[in-house]
Amino acid sequence: MGATSFRLRRRPLTVVAVALVLLAAVLVVDIMIGDFPLTVSQVIDTLLGGGTRRDQFVVMELRMPRALTGLLVGGALGLSGAIFQAIVRNPLASPDILGVTWGAGAGAVSVITFAGSLGVVTGSAASLGLPLAGLAGGLVAGLLVYALAWRQGIEGFRMVLVGIGITAVAGNFTHYLLTVGDVQDAGRAMVWITGSLNGRGWEHVVPVALALVVLVPVALIGGHVLGALQFGDETSRGLGVRVNVARSFLIVVAIVLASVATAAAGPIAFVALATPQIALRLAGTAQPPLFGSVVIGGALVMLSDLVARTIYRTELPVGVVTAVLGAPYLMYLLVRSRREARL
Amino acid sequence: MGRKSLVGLLFLLIVLVAVCLASIAIGSKEIPLSGVWHGLFTPTGVEDDVVIRELRVPRTLIGIAVGVALGVGGALMQGHTRNPLADPGILGVTHGAALAVVLSIFLLGVDSLVGYIWFAFAGAMIASVMVFLLGSAGRGGPSPVTLALAGAAVSALMHGLVSAIVLLDQQSLDAFRFWQVGTIAGRDMSVLTQVLPFLVVGLVLAAFNAPGLNALSLGEDVAKSLGVRVGTTRSLGIFAITLLVGGAVAACGPIGFIGLVVPHVARAFTGPDYRWLLPFSALVGAILLLFADIVGRVVARPSEVEVGVMLALLGAPFFIYLVRRKKLVKI
Repeated sequence: MGATSFRLRRRPLTVVAVALVLLAAVLVVDIMIGDFPLTVSQVIDTLLGGGTRRDQFVVMELRMPRALTGLLVGGALGLSGAIFQAIVRNPLASPDILGVTWGAGAGAVSVITFAGSLGVVTGSAASLGLPLAGLAGGLVAGLLVYALAWRQGIEGFRMVLVGIGITAVAGNFTHYLLTVGDVQDAGRAMVWITGSLNGRGWEHVVPVALALVVLVPVALIGGHVLGALQFGDETSRGLGVRVNVARSFLIVVAIVLASVATAAAGPIAFVALATPQIALRLAGTAQPPLFGSVVIGGALVMLSDLVARTIYRTELPVGVVTAVLGAPYLMYLLVRSRREARL
Repeated sequence: MGRKSLVGLLFLLIVLVAVCLASIAIGSKEIPLSGVWHGLFTPTGVEDDVVIRELRVPRTLIGIAVGVALGVGGALMQGHTRNPLADPGILGVTHGAALAVVLSIFLLGVDSLVGYIWFAFAGAMIASVMVFLLGSAGRGGPSPVTLALAGAAVSALMHGLVSAIVLLDQQSLDAFRFWQVGTIAGRDMSVLTQVLPFLVVGLVLAAFNAPGLNALSLGEDVAKSLGVRVGTTRSLGIFAITLLVGGAVAACGPIGFIGLVVPHVARAFTGPDYRWLLPFSALVGAILLLFADIVGRVVARPSEVEVGVMLALLGAPFFIYLVRRKKLVKI
């Protein structure tokens, strides 16, 4: 890549800074609210190691892992979406359309329907089997799309079309499975494919955190390459980018991010598609800002879960709220920033 | 081009007739071709005649209507958004219909597939108007990118509401999950007669829209300089799509994928000229839908696999093969 130069613009940085502050605030509020309400000072005290044993339990065992799962999953989905959209150069590209999400859905719903009707999915099988099936389904579908789209290199257009094919198979198969089992299984499957943070613990936080720790820096470095890729293959080659290698590598990163996130919380709707578009419009950049997408994705999911937990006595799955919350906001941004059509 | 395309159309017509005959003959009760002839033209009321006239013919006709509507709707959609990802559902039509159906189940206790028709159609209309207004708010009227994004946003919103209702109320889920797969089984002629006027108007509008679409595919500026009124053309097209896809969803639930795949298949025959692309898409859509339905009847005897599922299982591998092999005509 040769010498690297950065031009820092103020607006994207401001947006990221504001979003980070917001993120921290939402995290604290998220931990405060629940059946045992806590005050801000109690939360901060407990996080620093103080507090009563009850506070410790509520914060560290119940609310913190759930909030962190939401934050990390949202960040991973946002980043994954941003990478896909930048590579494919299409605002509709996201893990949802490139097979990952519905592949994961098909895997998990298969487990619920087939093992559920045999009475197998209880306890450990449910807590371990579902995420694993989701992870496997997502990875298989994503990599299948990648492999089938490979023809002397990867081309965004072809990959999207192959992705649509695989998504259609997995999605319709999932809908079919919903009609096969009894209605209880269908209900549980619906919760999973909507995406939920109910009962998520540290065992869900750790894999996503590991994936993000490794892949965010990788993606950010790759993002510099991505900037060059936006110009199209010929120009990028002219600029000295090895197009296929860079693109393949980033696509695999995006697939893994989306799969891990989906395995932890189910395919939370709309985050991967909307986050990069929201970030792009807030930051006023020409392509989805990667780090901005991480932060805004995390904030979106955590805020949605907060709403889901408080708005209705029966807890709604977070996926319902991300759509209901994120969609109007994207609409507002669309209407407001219409002067030039971007991407 | 003209002559070759005419031969192609004729060929597809013949295939369609063959598929129709197969659709009438094949099912959980096999009827020989002589029986099909007997049932169609000289019915005497024997069991086979009743099966043909009451079940198979309505199902086949609905299949043709829906296949044509979704094929043409898909081609228009991809033309107007200039986005190969744009499935007719992207205008929010499918999810709007789904929300209306779920509300009709949840609030009014509607529980028959035929009872959903008008709710589905109204929902489809409302969603599509919302998307159009949202996508064209501000200066410059509706642009492909904003239309697609507005559609995705409205769809996500509606889908979220559907999930919320279905998750809170198990009875709604139980009814909804059977609507959601999309099937042309179990409908009688009244379903077809109710949606047919909308489909016909939609097809006529689509035919008028084709020359304008050709100009638009050169870019808006070029189209303007050719004397095309961009806003009018686009509005007309969107209205046609809404009628076609809304009618199809009302008749048989969301049948995804076909509206998306058919134009790509048709484009491989015709190239980008919409005057040919639209009729080819219509025929390919009808053939594909009927074929998938037939396979769905045979593959899991004595029960059936719904056409929406079969379409994806059959169509997707073929589609991927096509994507890999041919040089696809870009939009």
